[in-house]
Amino acid sequence: MYVAVKGGEAAIRNAHRLLADRRRGDRSVPALRLDQIVEQLGLGVDRVMSEGSLYDRELAALAIVQARGDLIEAIFLVRAYRTTLPRFGYTRPVDTAAMHAERRISATYKDLPGGQMLGPTFDYTHRLLDPELATGAPVEEPEQRDIEPEAMPRVSDLLAGEDLIESDGDLPAGHVTGDITREPLEFPLERDARLQALSRGDEGFLLALAYSTQRGYARSHPFVGEIRIGEVELELDVPELDFPVTLGRIRVTECQMVNQFKGSAKQPPQFTRGYGLVFGQSERKAMAMSLCDRALRARELGEDITAAAQDEEFVISHSDNVQATGFVEHLKLPHYVDFQAELDLVRRMRADHEAENVTDATTKEAAE
Amino acid sequence: MQPERGLEKKADAARKAAMAAFAGATGDQLRQLAQDAGLPLESETMRGPETGLVTVRGRIGGGGAVFNTGEATVTRATVRLPSGQIGHAFALGRDKEKVRLAAILDALWCSDETRPAVEQKIVLPLAQLATRADARKHAETAATRVDFFTMVRGED
Repeated sequence: MYVAVKGGEAAIRNAHRLLADRRRGDRSVPALRLDQIVEQLGLGVDRVMSEGSLYDRELAALAIVQARGDLIEAIFLVRAYRTTLPRFGYTRPVDTAAMHAERRISATYKDLPGGQMLGPTFDYTHRLLDPELATGAPVEEPEQRDIEPEAMPRVSDLLAGEDLIESDGDLPAGHVTGDITREPLEFPLERDARLQALSRGDEGFLLALAYSTQRGYARSHPFVGEIRIGEVELELDVPELDFPVTLGRIRVTECQMVNQFKGSAKQPPQFTRGYGLVFGQSERKAMAMSLCDRALRARELGEDITAAAQDEEFVISHSDNVQATGFVEHLKLPHYVDFQAELDLVRRMRADHEAENVTDATTKEAAE
Repeated sequence: MQPERGLEKKADAARKAAMAAFAGATGDQLRQLAQDAGLPLESETMRGPETGLVTVRGRIGGGGAVFNTGEATVTRATVRLPSGQIGHAFALGRDKEKVRLAAILDALWCSDETRPAVEQKIVLPLAQLATRADARKHAETAATRVDFFTMVRGED
């Protein structure tokens, strides 16, 4: 029987009004402006763009304010907004070799063409809280150095000459690029669809899985071949123009992970690779993504599937934090009728159980 | 009459560069330059300005098979000048006024009489601004370049 229950409208209305009040907080404190968030909480904005799978810094900042800084809630808001917009098409693939790099490091080559540039990194900081930041003290302008711009070939291309490393991942000719936003997930996935899912996956989840591979659950002896962060140009083919139109630039983080591979009957030993590409400056996420990408290639590389990080269905089905939070959090919504049914069931089971015990005892007595 | 193939390509490259300069500018920059240039901005809007999504694509390993990375907001507009010249504009983000103005500037660029003014007063200053901003960023990044050196260990 379905019982419609009404009520709670006033409570919900007042709860939302209370939420708006608490979100604003003490009115004597100035309200945050979106440009403050974009400029000063940029990596939080990047995370919302990456996992919300929508590159738009101001929208991500708005979502962060609206969600009171709850990034998963902000990601949810961005995902919901995306669904309201028409789609104009697919861009041409970004060329990360032509990136306007703001950071570029390699853990495998000390001296490489284009050099190692630390950029705005937390690395080598002492992780000591800085009370000066709380005082709003003025900040120095960055140092500048006059060096002729140098080409920055991808590290993977440097190793490729000797055939010691596998080529960039190719898919069979005629393969139609998968799009997980258009077609339902069907396992096993091709690597392209997997990378799309990983690129919008939850950073914490991917980080934990990546860590598990380092701790021995699908070990792959990884090296960071290269990480680069910077702006790439987006181009779109449109019917009204005879050339691809430039849309502007977006900031991305790319990670090339290089991993050991013992070779197989068909292939001599060579380095294999995992790839990470995410929106914004999100180095941890790009590294975790590349480790997960490599682990998930177990089937393709003929490796034994023994660990969670290699289990494609497990990883991809649980990497999306909007889906995860939706299903976990729905448990708090009214389940009154469900629960009444369960309660009734448990009562009947207990009654049966007791009746059986009585019968058992009577039978036993009679036997004695 | 069809223009020669080579020339057509060259014209495309110049128009592409102009459109890229409009797309890369901020709304304020574009409005200011357009106002200062004193160009006739009268036009009829044919389409938009409307905001939608493009799916950003990458390549596996940087140069391999294509995969979809995520989406980005894009705004597009098409306008027609009183002369009948059509102009298009596309740019990342949701600034509709900027994109409508960019479409007008594209139409003015496509008209022989106004192209030199658009090139001189809009495209060139925007390109200079962009070059300067890129050079500054490059110099700031270059200052964080690591110069490795080896300590002499004094063993011989």
